[in-house]
Amino acid sequence: MSWRGGLLKFCSVTGLPALEPFVRLAYGEDPQEQFRGIAKYILLPGLAIVVFLACWSVAAKTIVTDSMQLPGPMATWSAGTELFSMHFEQKARDREKVAEQMQQAVTMVATANAMLAKAESVEDGALKQRLEGNASVMKRQAVDTANYTSSSAPTFVEQIYTSLKTVFFGFGIATLIAVPLGLMCGMSPWFNAAMTPFIQVFKPVSPLAWLPLAGLIIIWAYSGSKPGETFFDKAFLISAVTVSLCSLWPTLVNTTLGVASVNQDYLNVARVLKLSWSQRLFKIVLPASLPLMFAGLRISLGVGWMVLIAADMLAQNPGLGKFVWDEFQNGSNVTYARIAFSVIVIGVLGLLLDRAMICLRNLVSYDNPATA
Amino acid sequence: MFKWRNVAEFWGMLLVLIVVGCGRSVTTLAELEKAATALDLSPAEIDWEAVAGGELLDVEKSTLKFGFIKLTDCAPLVIAKEKGYFEEEGLNVEIEAQSNWKVLLDRVIDGQLDGAHMLAGQPIGATIGFGTKAHIITAYSLDYNGNAITVSNDIWKQMQEVEPALKSPHPPHPITAHALKPIVEGYRQAGKDFNMGMVFPVSTHNYELRYWLAAAGIHPGYYTQENIAGTLDAEVVLSVTPPPQMPATLEAGTILGYCVGEPWNQQAVVKGIGVPITTNYDIWKNNPEKVFGVSADWDAKYPNTHLAVVKALIRAGKWLDETNEAGELVNRPEAVEILSRKDYVGADAAVIAKSMTGSFVFQPTDVRPMAEFNVFFSGFASYPHYSDCVWFLTQMRRWGQITEAHPEEWYSEVAREVYKPEIYRQAAELLILDGKLTEADIPLASYEGYRPASNEFIDGNSYDGRDPLGYLQSFEIGIKD
Repeated sequence: MSWRGGLLKFCSVTGLPALEPFVRLAYGEDPQEQFRGIAKYILLPGLAIVVFLACWSVAAKTIVTDSMQLPGPMATWSAGTELFSMHFEQKARDREKVAEQMQQAVTMVATANAMLAKAESVEDGALKQRLEGNASVMKRQAVDTANYTSSSAPTFVEQIYTSLKTVFFGFGIATLIAVPLGLMCGMSPWFNAAMTPFIQVFKPVSPLAWLPLAGLIIIWAYSGSKPGETFFDKAFLISAVTVSLCSLWPTLVNTTLGVASVNQDYLNVARVLKLSWSQRLFKIVLPASLPLMFAGLRISLGVGWMVLIAADMLAQNPGLGKFVWDEFQNGSNVTYARIAFSVIVIGVLGLLLDRAMICLRNLVSYDNPATA
Repeated sequence: MFKWRNVAEFWGMLLVLIVVGCGRSVTTLAELEKAATALDLSPAEIDWEAVAGGELLDVEKSTLKFGFIKLTDCAPLVIAKEKGYFEEEGLNVEIEAQSNWKVLLDRVIDGQLDGAHMLAGQPIGATIGFGTKAHIITAYSLDYNGNAITVSNDIWKQMQEVEPALKSPHPPHPITAHALKPIVEGYRQAGKDFNMGMVFPVSTHNYELRYWLAAAGIHPGYYTQENIAGTLDAEVVLSVTPPPQMPATLEAGTILGYCVGEPWNQQAVVKGIGVPITTNYDIWKNNPEKVFGVSADWDAKYPNTHLAVVKALIRAGKWLDETNEAGELVNRPEAVEILSRKDYVGADAAVIAKSMTGSFVFQPTDVRPMAEFNVFFSGFASYPHYSDCVWFLTQMRRWGQITEAHPEEWYSEVAREVYKPEIYRQAAELLILDGKLTEADIPLASYEGYRPASNEFIDGNSYDGRDPLGYLQSFEIGIKD
């Protein structure tokens, strides 16, 4: 495939049609048409953003109460850059600290060895015992010291990472449940009839209502195990399970619909060819229902991301939601600027997640509608 | 065409990313031994007194997570971390802000937190089973005082109408609730609820606000088995609001006043939305406020770790209350800077400083010296006195949170179940051995844990921890048994 074709394909698969005019322009295609494309996809949105920023600045000057003020774009931007520089400073300090702790651990082991050597030579039985006892305590502590992990509160960037991890984990669980269930519902109207009451009742439930129940189940499942010995953090699982509970419905409903509406001609062909059950599933039903299934997955991920922020706030799971809540509780001068910045970050990440799903869909299925 | 390979690749890559993200290398003792041989350590460089003078504390669990609520009285925890006291005990401690007191307590009970900055009433309430039942203990009292009652600007104006003396820029203190009484009656006649905020049913704030109101004859309402909101016969309706949300809730008009710890009263002054009218120092001089609570199971499992934690906290408390010859609290400005960081209290340093550095701002025109607004250590403030526990029990009974009458011994038995001065004393003695504390810093060995009877209350009542039933009898409003 030529470079041009490759680049154009890249633009459409990744869901970035805004780049297309640039590629075509680079290959010397009708400039006028390309400039129209650029104006439509780049200049016009740019202008809209400028207008938005202007309105925002005006609003920031107007919306002032006794205790609060809406932060302007500049204040938000500087709060954001400060958050990132705080992250890098913190990381630098942590690295220094880890090196320092390692050094100290080595010194502790050396001291313990010196104590053991001295214990050999002393006559006094009690002192000898004390030296030996203390040396073994010190060696154990040295191992703890050497394996020091930073105990500073998570920074903004780490919170982003935690949130993404949680949403993918929760979304993964939801997909694993929703897709097989949806396939079964789609293939068997009887099974579908049995599931319908559950789907209809649970679908509209707010994440905040699920959260205490999710918490109850996780804490029950983990009762008796000590913290630190479990693979996952409880709070992480509570958030993730809440995300799954809320985000599995769109996938479930769309998969059902997709499977149920596979063209009857395809199924007839399968019957003529005497395809086995599994062949029919993997060669006909799944590929034919993929576009709708992915539409569901896309909505699910979006819902999951929205739910996660709320769940973080309440479940105390580290993440962007907790960051926003903690900042709100701080009530300092920069609080609202930081919250405004996180709102933008949350939005941008949501957009990226959505694009990632589109990209994935375009990779595995065809006949998709064009990306907006 | 549908390609399974693409799907498999995608999930495979995701899995690799997650595994790489989670995995980390562990340093073993063998590796350290190898590195230690390269280190040429002469015996003269070793502090033999420190390593052989006594037995080293064998800390069972070195990585800990403590919870706190964004209030200045979490300071001993924050200072013990930031000044390296935890680290010197071989502890690697993370301090995590919690969204409210209930979440904090639940997380201590189910083990997500090793310990926490708690309301003094929380370990007591949990142990006797008011609210969530769990055996929680405390061996370290974080501070005395530190709360204030704030009312909205509008209510303050009405109070000034009732009592013209309050109009002065420097009104006479302490301000009692007598000026509030006609206003509350006016609300009741108009058929409106007079709402005020406190932070938790078993919080000091709840009892102090009730104490202050009842001292002026305003009934704050009883708790019963059925009425767990505590609003039976209430003239003023008290409701729970998390501390950091108090100013915003006041500004929104949902409540007309509140009792909360700092910096949330000073926040109201700075933002001009309310007036702090009295501090709890005026309601009861040197009243116990927050404690460091852990579950009894945790203590049983990690006794040495608990000792190490208390050692570090004692040093932090002492550091916070250090004074120079002139009696100024020398370390407070540094403490204010540390507390104002976004991961701790997070409020502006100027706001925190207003109450932490020896004075308290009632109104911009009315700044009073109040060196004892926050007491972390001096006067044995960090020692877990049984009499403090008994006071909370009397208030729980007075307002009906404890639903049945108990004999006098019960009060001291519960105090012994929840408050653990023996752990405090053991930790303090280890510090004295290390030369980091003096004998004068802790109560005498003969001290039985009951502070001397005191009548320094806003209503002039006298409280003796050895006579809880007599104390209950002395109130006009409240269950008398």
